[in-house]
Amino acid sequence: MNAVLRRNGLGLVAWLVGIVFFLPIAWMALTSFHSEADAATNPPSFAASLTLDGYREFFGSGGGASPWPALINSTVASVVSTVCVLLLALPAAYALSIRRVRKWTDVLFFFLSTKMLPVVAGLLPIYLFAKNTGMLDNIWLLVILYTSMNLPIAVWMMQSFLAEVPVAVIEAAQIDGARLPTVLARVVAPIALPGIAATALICFIFSWNELLFARVLTGVVAETAPVFLTGFITSQGLFLAKVCAASLVVSLPVLAAGFAAQDKLVQGLSLGAVK
Amino acid sequence: MTATTAPLATAPVRATRQPSARLRAWATRAPLMPALVFMVVVTQLPFVATLVISLFDWNALYPKARHFTGLDNYRQVLTDADLRHSVWTTVLLTVTVVLVSLVLGLALALLLNRKFRGRGIVRTLLIAPFLVVPVAAALLWKHVLYNPEYGLLNGLLHYVGGPQPDWISNTPLLAVEASLVWQWTPFMMLILLAGLQSRDPEQIEAARVDGANDWQVFRHLTLPHLRRYLELGALLGSIYIVQNFDAVFTITSGGLGTANLPYTVYQSFYQAHENGLASAAGVLVVIGSIIIATFALRVVSSLFREEVSRA
Repeated sequence: MNAVLRRNGLGLVAWLVGIVFFLPIAWMALTSFHSEADAATNPPSFAASLTLDGYREFFGSGGGASPWPALINSTVASVVSTVCVLLLALPAAYALSIRRVRKWTDVLFFFLSTKMLPVVAGLLPIYLFAKNTGMLDNIWLLVILYTSMNLPIAVWMMQSFLAEVPVAVIEAAQIDGARLPTVLARVVAPIALPGIAATALICFIFSWNELLFARVLTGVVAETAPVFLTGFITSQGLFLAKVCAASLVVSLPVLAAGFAAQDKLVQGLSLGAVK
Repeated sequence: MTATTAPLATAPVRATRQPSARLRAWATRAPLMPALVFMVVVTQLPFVATLVISLFDWNALYPKARHFTGLDNYRQVLTDADLRHSVWTTVLLTVTVVLVSLVLGLALALLLNRKFRGRGIVRTLLIAPFLVVPVAAALLWKHVLYNPEYGLLNGLLHYVGGPQPDWISNTPLLAVEASLVWQWTPFMMLILLAGLQSRDPEQIEAARVDGANDWQVFRHLTLPHLRRYLELGALLGSIYIVQNFDAVFTITSGGLGTANLPYTVYQSFYQAHENGLASAAGVLVVIGSIIIATFALRVVSSLFREEVSRA
C-alpha cells in the first residue's frame, strides 16, 4: 500500500515539475492569441478572448518590417548548411568507421577539439575577411560558417551510427560480388538512415538558433530570424502578444525538428559519447 | 591498414609494392580529406589570425595608427576593471548555471526513470524548453515573465499578495541565470537519463536481494555509475555556457554588470572597434575553454574507449 502510494506520489511530482517547466511556453502560446491590452494585465487574464492580432502584427500588417525575408534567410542558411554538412561528414564518417584510416581516433578527437574552440576566437578575423572581400551581409558566408560549426557534431554522430553496421554483413555483400555503391545503398544506408536523419535535424536546429555570427556578419539583406527577433521590439506601447507570436513562430521549426529527433537528441548533443 | 609502415623484406619488392600500398592508403584517406581540410581552413586559420591581431594596437577607426605592441593588449585586458569583471561574470554565470541545472537535471532524470502514467508526455513537456530558440527564450523571460508591471511572475505573486519586484534591475545576473537554467536543465536530464538507463539491472537486483535500500543503491551503485555522465554533462554544459551570448545580449545587453567575455569581445570590436583588445580577450576565452576542454576530452575519450572495447 505504502509502495503504491509512493510510486503514484513521485509520478505526481514528476507531472508537477513537468508542468512548471512547460508553463512559460504554454503562457507564451496563450498570450500570443490575446489582444495586446489583455496580454498586459496584472493579475494576468487567463480567460481573455482569443485573437490572431499578434500574428497579424508579426507578419507585418501593422506597418512593421515583414519577417519573411529573415525567415527565408534562416531557412536557406540552415537547410543548405545542413546539406553541406551531410555531404562532407558522410564520406568522412565512412573513413572513420567502416574503412578506417590509421589513427582514426586522433582524427575524431581533432574534430571534437574544433567544437571546443569558442566562436569569439575567430569572429574578428572572419569579420575583417568578410568586410574586405565584400562578403558582409551575405547569406552564403553564414552557410559556410554554420557548416563548420556543425561538421564536428555530424562527423561524431555519423561515425557512431555507421560503426553500428556489422562488418560481416558488408563483407558478405562484397563476397557476393556487390560493388561499393551497391553496398552503400543496399546495406549501409538502411541501417544508418535513421541516424543520418537525426544528425541532419540536430544540425538544422543549431544553425537555426545561431545568433552571434548572424548578428555580427549580416545586416539588412541576409538578416536571419534570430537577428530579426532581437531588433524587433523598437516600437513604443504594448507588444507582448506580438513578441509571443514572433517567438513561437520562430521556435516552431526547432520544436518540430527536436521532437522528431527526440530519441537521438542526447547522442547528438553529447557528440556521440552517450547512446 | 598498416601497409605503408610495415617493414618490407627486400628492396625489389619494396619498389613494386609501395606505390600501390601508398595509393591504397590515400584511397582510404580520400573520403576524409574534404571535411578535414574544410575544418582546418574555416576554424584554425581565423584563430591564428586572432592570435596575430592580439599582438597589435589596432583601432579600426584609426587604421593608420596600427602598430605592434607585443603582449600589451593582454596586460590591458587583465588590468582593466571592466574586463576583469567580465571574466568573473563569465565564471560565475557558467558555474551557477551548470551546477544548478545539473542538480535539477539529476532529480528529474531520477523521477523520469520510474514508471508512471503519462511518463512520455512529461518527458516531452520537460524537453520543450531546450527546443525554444535561445533568443526567443530570452525575450520570453525578459518581457513576458520578468516584466515588473504585467509579467507572469509578478502576476502570480499578485494572487498570493506577494511583493512586485523588478527582477532584472534588482538581480540582473540571477535573471539571466534563471533563464539559462530553464533551458539547460532538460539537456542535463537527457544525458543523465541515458546514464540511468545504461545501468546494469542485474547488479541492482542483486543488491536489492542482499537487502540494500533505495538510498544505498543510489549512493553505492547509481552515483558511481553516473559519475562520468555527470562529468560529461557538466563539461559540455560549460563549453556551451561559457560561450553564451544570446541571453546576455537579449536580457540585459551586457548592462548591470552582466557582461560576460563573449559579450565583451563582441562589444569591444563591434561597438568600440578595438580590434587588438578584442582579439586578446578572445584568446583569453580560448585559454579558458581549452582548460575545460582538456577535461571534457578526457571524459569523452574514456566513455568512447569503453564503447569501442565493448563493440
